[in-house]
Amino acid sequence: MTTDWTVRGITRAMLPVLLVMTMVEVGSGLVLGSFEAELLQYPTLLVLVPVTIGTAGNLGSILASRLSTAFHLGTLSFSPSDEKLAGNAIATVALAVTLFPVVGAGAWALQAVLAGARLALGTVVLVSLASGIALAVLAVLVTVVATYIAYTFGLDPDDVVIPVVTNTCDVLGVVVLFSVVQLFVI
Amino acid sequence: MSVRSVAREAYEEALPALGMSLVGGLLAGVMLGGMEAELTAVPGLLVAVPALLATRGNVYGSLGARLSTGLHQGLVEPRVELGDERLRGATAAALANGLLASVVAAVAVFAILTALGDEVAGVGTLVAVSLVAGLLSGVALTVVVVLVVFAGYRRGRDPDTLVGPVVTTTGDVVGVASLLVAVRLVLALGGGG
Repeated sequence: MTTDWTVRGITRAMLPVLLVMTMVEVGSGLVLGSFEAELLQYPTLLVLVPVTIGTAGNLGSILASRLSTAFHLGTLSFSPSDEKLAGNAIATVALAVTLFPVVGAGAWALQAVLAGARLALGTVVLVSLASGIALAVLAVLVTVVATYIAYTFGLDPDDVVIPVVTNTCDVLGVVVLFSVVQLFVI
Repeated sequence: MSVRSVAREAYEEALPALGMSLVGGLLAGVMLGGMEAELTAVPGLLVAVPALLATRGNVYGSLGARLSTGLHQGLVEPRVELGDERLRGATAAALANGLLASVVAAVAVFAILTALGDEVAGVGTLVAVSLVAGLLSGVALTVVVVLVVFAGYRRGRDPDTLVGPVVTTTGDVVGVASLLVAVRLVLALGGGG
């Protein structure tokens, strides 16, 4: 048996990584805090926060687990011409292009019904889509680099890559949203 | 396989789970959007939000993965028995680590914002909100994860593929909802300054 199922054993395995990731997330919280005034002025942008963070993390973790599986099956090579790599990267961007306009429109509609809209529909969709595309590209880069590093060090990508990618994409989600809001809203 | 067919397969496989977690994320967002008053009353709370939400995903996602592996290896039985030592150990560890990480996040946010000279609520208020929110969401997510993993396994589904979408969808909603309850409770009991 490899896993110790006691509180002590699980804590020893989990806590160090968990605390590091918590501090990374506090860093992204500080970015969020730096545009708190804008978020409170336009609550529709606040509505976008969890879904942008979550979807960025999900895109990264899905890609990471697919690359991990391909890696375990021995069907992945780290070259730009690799079909698995290119296909999964394209799918990640396509998913973002499909989903983020829906996120923007959904956030705008819910906020309009519940509290009244202070931003135009087009602005919210634009913010969401621009964030989504930027995040998809970043998620692909982070995931490929993290998988490659795990592979180089002989680590199982399943153990390392998914938590690293998910939390990195969380942070990038906030940073990208912040940048896009600066560009299009303020 | 061509690039096109790989891309199509990856796209179609991911879309339903992502769509589901989007709905969860939007619901969480609407709750967060309605928390203007609370976020203003407890300065620094917004800074803690990503850490608190991520802790839910990290801790309870890992609980789900552990239970899935345990089921596959025959270490745990797919039924809820409070006497089962492994199940008890895994859930207690998840709760304890989740609470600890939440408190660390609250203290770190307080320390950093104080050092930066920014406006921040009292450390007691931030820790109290994080603890109550961590406890509420921890209990709710433990129940959800255990039930979904066990029920899925008994119906012949691979629990590994269920855990991710379920935790990300319910984690955001439960995370923000418990934060809302916690902050109102703490404010009502006199915290804030």
